[in-house]
Amino acid sequence: MFRFLKQLGRYFILLKKVLSRPEKPVIYYKQTMKEMVYLGLNSVGIITIISFFMGAVITLQTAYNTENPIYPTYLIGLGCRDSIILEFSSTISALILAGKVGSNIASEIGTMRVTEQIDALEIMGVNSASYLILPKLIATLVFFPFLTIISINVGILGGWLSGTLAGVVTSEDFIYGIQYAFIPYYITYSLIKTLFFAFIITSVSAFQGYYVEGGSLEVGQASTRAVVFSSVLILLFNVILTQLLLS
Amino acid sequence: MIRVNNISKSFNNQLVLNDVTVSFEPGKTNLIIGRSGSGKTVLLKSIVGLHEIDSGEILYDDIKFNELDFTARKEIRKEIGMLFQGSALFDSLTVEQNVMFPLDMFTSQSPEEKLDRVNFCLKRVNIINANQMFPAELSGGMKKRVAIARAISLNPRYLFCDEPNSGLDPITAILIDELIKELTEEYSMTTIVNTHDMNSVMKIGEKIVFISDGVKCWEGSKDEILYSDCELLNEFVFANALAKQLKSSTGGQVTSRP
Repeated sequence: MFRFLKQLGRYFILLKKVLSRPEKPVIYYKQTMKEMVYLGLNSVGIITIISFFMGAVITLQTAYNTENPIYPTYLIGLGCRDSIILEFSSTISALILAGKVGSNIASEIGTMRVTEQIDALEIMGVNSASYLILPKLIATLVFFPFLTIISINVGILGGWLSGTLAGVVTSEDFIYGIQYAFIPYYITYSLIKTLFFAFIITSVSAFQGYYVEGGSLEVGQASTRAVVFSSVLILLFNVILTQLLLS
Repeated sequence: MIRVNNISKSFNNQLVLNDVTVSFEPGKTNLIIGRSGSGKTVLLKSIVGLHEIDSGEILYDDIKFNELDFTARKEIRKEIGMLFQGSALFDSLTVEQNVMFPLDMFTSQSPEEKLDRVNFCLKRVNIINANQMFPAELSGGMKKRVAIARAISLNPRYLFCDEPNSGLDPITAILIDELIKELTEEYSMTTIVNTHDMNSVMKIGEKIVFISDGVKCWEGSKDEILYSDCELLNEFVFANALAKQLKSSTGGQVTSRP
């Protein structure tokens, strides 16, 4: 318990350092743009592929589990839409990004720590925590909502394609279903969750990397911890946010 | 002038520096020597503030560095250049960007002025036609020289070097030593070098401090080091086979002042 509190304290001290005023905003702006490409744009591919196939599977499973004449087939489209918007595009995508982006951040910063690059920044008088983490934080907070939007669209597209190609739902029914009883607030809910998850992935992973001690073995362990802790926190905050935002 | 008064530092209740007091002379190459694990690097990193000391004081021209906050330390750190054991060049930046980094962060020079300064520093350390190379593409000696170029880019008053020639062949090690010595004289810097290489001691050492198990055991000049009465220092100085042979062939005369 004491160790947990100590780590929590260190995490908030690090956050305070990260959120302090940047030394040279121009340099931070350039760094943020680089991180948007590195952490955001480079994740579009994996999010697109996974969303497409998840949308396809959700549609097929919904169809095979509602094979009853009582249920109208447009409910397949509705089920696909709501599953993707409410859970898949925010939560499951965040778990995937925790694996890809989180481990990347932890290993990058961890390697900089063990090779004394962070010490070199400190010696120069640079706030290393802010310089290394703030651009990543801003980049993920700005870019991850776009990934969620892409995921929603591609997921529904995957659902429509698989449903119509497999013959479990007609194109008209599916399109009617995704428009039926649509609640725009669900999109807002999904995007709010994404912002929280982006913050968790970046800050937790950066924390794990920033305080690494040792060598390459410890960097690997920090990277694993970053993914595990981020994932657990995402699931925990998913419950909390769902209760707060949908109740 | 950098002075260290009665500093102690421990990690997990293990005392690594024990009541060390030493002053480093301005405009000279000061060496901290000792065996691996003796506390040299901890002392060096404590002086620059990378480790917070448990007790004692660190003075930069009568300013108590260890009592300053991050913002106040920043002003002194702008006058510090440091060469790390593994060079610590930023992997994602080219040689040119590495040397330009302190200029980008702390000066308002134009891009042309900054590039001129970068080229000057790189030329000074004999790095030519490597501006666009990444650290991974450089040899160990080149990395050290680029790191020195980065360290001097802001014209520092203090230069700290942590084992500057570790992992280098003897000839490259001598070149790096000579470069450090030349730059110290050229810019009248206070240079502090951590080393366990006796070649460096005899080549560039002006003031030498010997540390053993976190305790300062001896300090003096390179002329005095061979005639010291400190047993631990003699063990360290005459550790290699050649020095031992020399010592035995002269009947131990080398350890006593003629």
